Amino acid sequence: MTKVMGLTGDEAVAQAAKQSNVDVVAAYPITPQTIIVERFSEYVHNGEVDTEFVCVESEHSAMSACIGASLTGARVFTATSSQGLALMHEMMYIASGLRLPIVMAVANRALSAPINIHGDHSDMMGSRDCGWVQVYAENVQEAYDWTIQSFKIAEDHDVLLPVSVNLDGFILTHSTEDVGTLEDEEVAKFLPPRKPLYDIDPEKPVSVGALCLPDYYFEFKRQQAEAMKNIPRAMRRVNTEYEALTGRKYGALDALEMEDAEAGILCLGSTAGTARFVAKELRERGKRVGVVKLWLYRPFPTKEIVDAIKGLRALVVLDRACSFGAPYGAVCSDIVSALSQSGAKLNVLNGIYGLGGRDITPSDIEAIFNEALRIAETGIVEEPVKFIGVRE
Amino acid sequence: MVRLSELPTEDLLAPGHRLCAGCGAAMIAKMTLKAVRGPTVVVSSTGCIEVATTIYPYTSWRTSWVHVAFENAAAVAAGIESAYKALTKKGSWDKRVDVIALCGDGGTFDIGIQALSGALERGHDFLYICYDNEAYMNTGIQRSGATPHGASTTTSPAGTKVPGKPEWKKDLAGICAAHGIDYVATASPAYWNDYITKVRKGIEVNGPAVIHVLSPCPLGWRHDPSESVKMARLAVQTRYFPVYEIEKGKYRLNINPKPLPVDEFLKPQGRFRHLFRPEFMKEVEEIQGWVDENWNRITKLCETG
Amino acid sequence: MSVEAKRGWMSLPIGGVLLEAGSSVKYKTGNWRAFKPVIDHGKCTGCLLCWIYCPDSAIMRAGEKLVDVNYDFCKGCGICASECPVKAIAMVEE
Repeated sequence: MTKVMGLTGDEAVAQAAKQSNVDVVAAYPITPQTIIVERFSEYVHNGEVDTEFVCVESEHSAMSACIGASLTGARVFTATSSQGLALMHEMMYIASGLRLPIVMAVANRALSAPINIHGDHSDMMGSRDCGWVQVYAENVQEAYDWTIQSFKIAEDHDVLLPVSVNLDGFILTHSTEDVGTLEDEEVAKFLPPRKPLYDIDPEKPVSVGALCLPDYYFEFKRQQAEAMKNIPRAMRRVNTEYEALTGRKYGALDALEMEDAEAGILCLGSTAGTARFVAKELRERGKRVGVVKLWLYRPFPTKEIVDAIKGLRALVVLDRACSFGAPYGAVCSDIVSALSQSGAKLNVLNGIYGLGGRDITPSDIEAIFNEALRIAETGIVEEPVKFIGVRE
Repeated sequence: MVRLSELPTEDLLAPGHRLCAGCGAAMIAKMTLKAVRGPTVVVSSTGCIEVATTIYPYTSWRTSWVHVAFENAAAVAAGIESAYKALTKKGSWDKRVDVIALCGDGGTFDIGIQALSGALERGHDFLYICYDNEAYMNTGIQRSGATPHGASTTTSPAGTKVPGKPEWKKDLAGICAAHGIDYVATASPAYWNDYITKVRKGIEVNGPAVIHVLSPCPLGWRHDPSESVKMARLAVQTRYFPVYEIEKGKYRLNINPKPLPVDEFLKPQGRFRHLFRPEFMKEVEEIQGWVDENWNRITKLCETG
Repeated sequence: MSVEAKRGWMSLPIGGVLLEAGSSVKYKTGNWRAFKPVIDHGKCTGCLLCWIYCPDSAIMRAGEKLVDVNYDFCKGCGICASECPVKAIAMVEE
């Protein structure tokens, strides 16, 4: 039974975590994630949840405490952003290496220097290799839905990896939107208590975190790589069950107006909403354009993406982060690799945009679509990477 | 206080670990586990004990044991303690679990001090034991905030210009007590009864407890492996390492030795040998001065506190 | 020393977790020593100090009685000989 509430992204995530019956939240405040932890503290202090909320003294300790808590078999949640994510970077690898199903909301925010508190993807892109599952929300509804689904994906015994749910800082975290929320009982039924594969119950003592010398380390990393391969199947199971419950369909990506598109934009997060709005308008004017919104970034859904884009003649991949010194931004790099691996040929242009919360407007997107259509017609990509919206 | 024959025969730290012959930390880990009431989860920071007791696929631990990283054992312990609290509240867990963090001076005095401070401030129910071998021994004897003045380490070597570490040892017990926790103690494994009693006391305290125990290191201190207990005893007898408790802010001296000059502690150790060259003898005097000042400070606190 | 063959990623427990408590007993450190302690049971008073101080739990005790050295694990550090109050332990070259 859906109850529509007006919630900001942060509030929706807090609500989702509350309904997911998390046992421990260990978190440190950082703009623009602060409302998540503040809201959760209110739940705790008003006796609305039995969660132990640990007000740790840094993000590094936040993830450390989450790891400790998760080892007991508890369901654990945290949230951070930007510098906080960078500070806990070391621990992200440990969380995935120890195969712990921690769920973390990341309010995507620019990394210093210079210091900037607004939304871009540089924080999570900086940690993309840490072995976490990474999903991106386009709007507040998706932030709510992905948070709930992530626990189930993470705790699947074929997966057992932590998940980051990414939502654009300020753009989503601080914008109020209508969110269809579930009843507590429905979420409780969807998310039964966690059944860990192993835990540190001292009556059955185990040792966790051993030193693995060159004769063993590689095998455990291979296991992690394999677990990543299991995610699409596990995610499909969860998405299907969630769709039955809510009517909302999720997957690795959402292809909008792509069937006969010749020029497309691929992007993550809230920009997809703007792109869809413009694409619809351009379609009405007869332009064959489409948008691919990537939900799942890690593991990179190579097959689904190639299937979605291979019919295009030109694709602009939008990266809301700059991978300094690299031939393309992170997402575009992965797209080009996927195309190369699959043998599909496609003209790709990388647009680096929106850094430090720089707005991307419908007219910016229209210009991008027009550039893509020009490339589709001429087959010429003048420069592979363009910075969009920066003052020269 | 307890008799040796009353202690459990069982070793919760199994032999076959790869700590050095004569290692003070090995003694401390073993003694610690003689004092537990069970069930116990031990959290180790990266360091000698962690590395040498769990080289995959072997583990010496017969309790549950967790190692996450170097600087965060206190935060990990806090997470574990909080989780058991939450699970108990929700009715899915019904056992009391003692959480013990067992960390070196590196993971406590320096890189670990933030996590420790935070955990103490939040009042988690756990025991934090710092086994102090006075340097980053596991990585090859680099100096730490616990390294004493004058000690030669690889990052504070006994050079011709600077004779070992110029700085002085941090007062860990004082730092922890300043957090207002109920129990802080120092100990030496030479005084096994005192140490084991303190471990049990720390476990039984409701809230955070910290024990700072001196851990002789034959390799890093450069003495014969057979002399580790002797070094741990001399440290106390020379008043170099006073053994006391701070219970709810009140200081109490546990061992009041008839003092030996600090030379007796320094001379048998290769890490101080350079101080006995004529040009550096005043360092030894300075160390004696520090020992005396520290002793007076603590005994005064014991009287007034 | 254990002669178990090293397992591959498909059969190893995930995450490097060690499920067998105390498995280090399969790793005999006794071959580290150059000198070994020999207890003169005639002199031994059963004070158990060697037992509590041994860093390797290589002194075996049964109830109140001292049994002997466990040479599988004794590294020959000599602490027992050094601490014995009645000098009942001698360090003998291997």
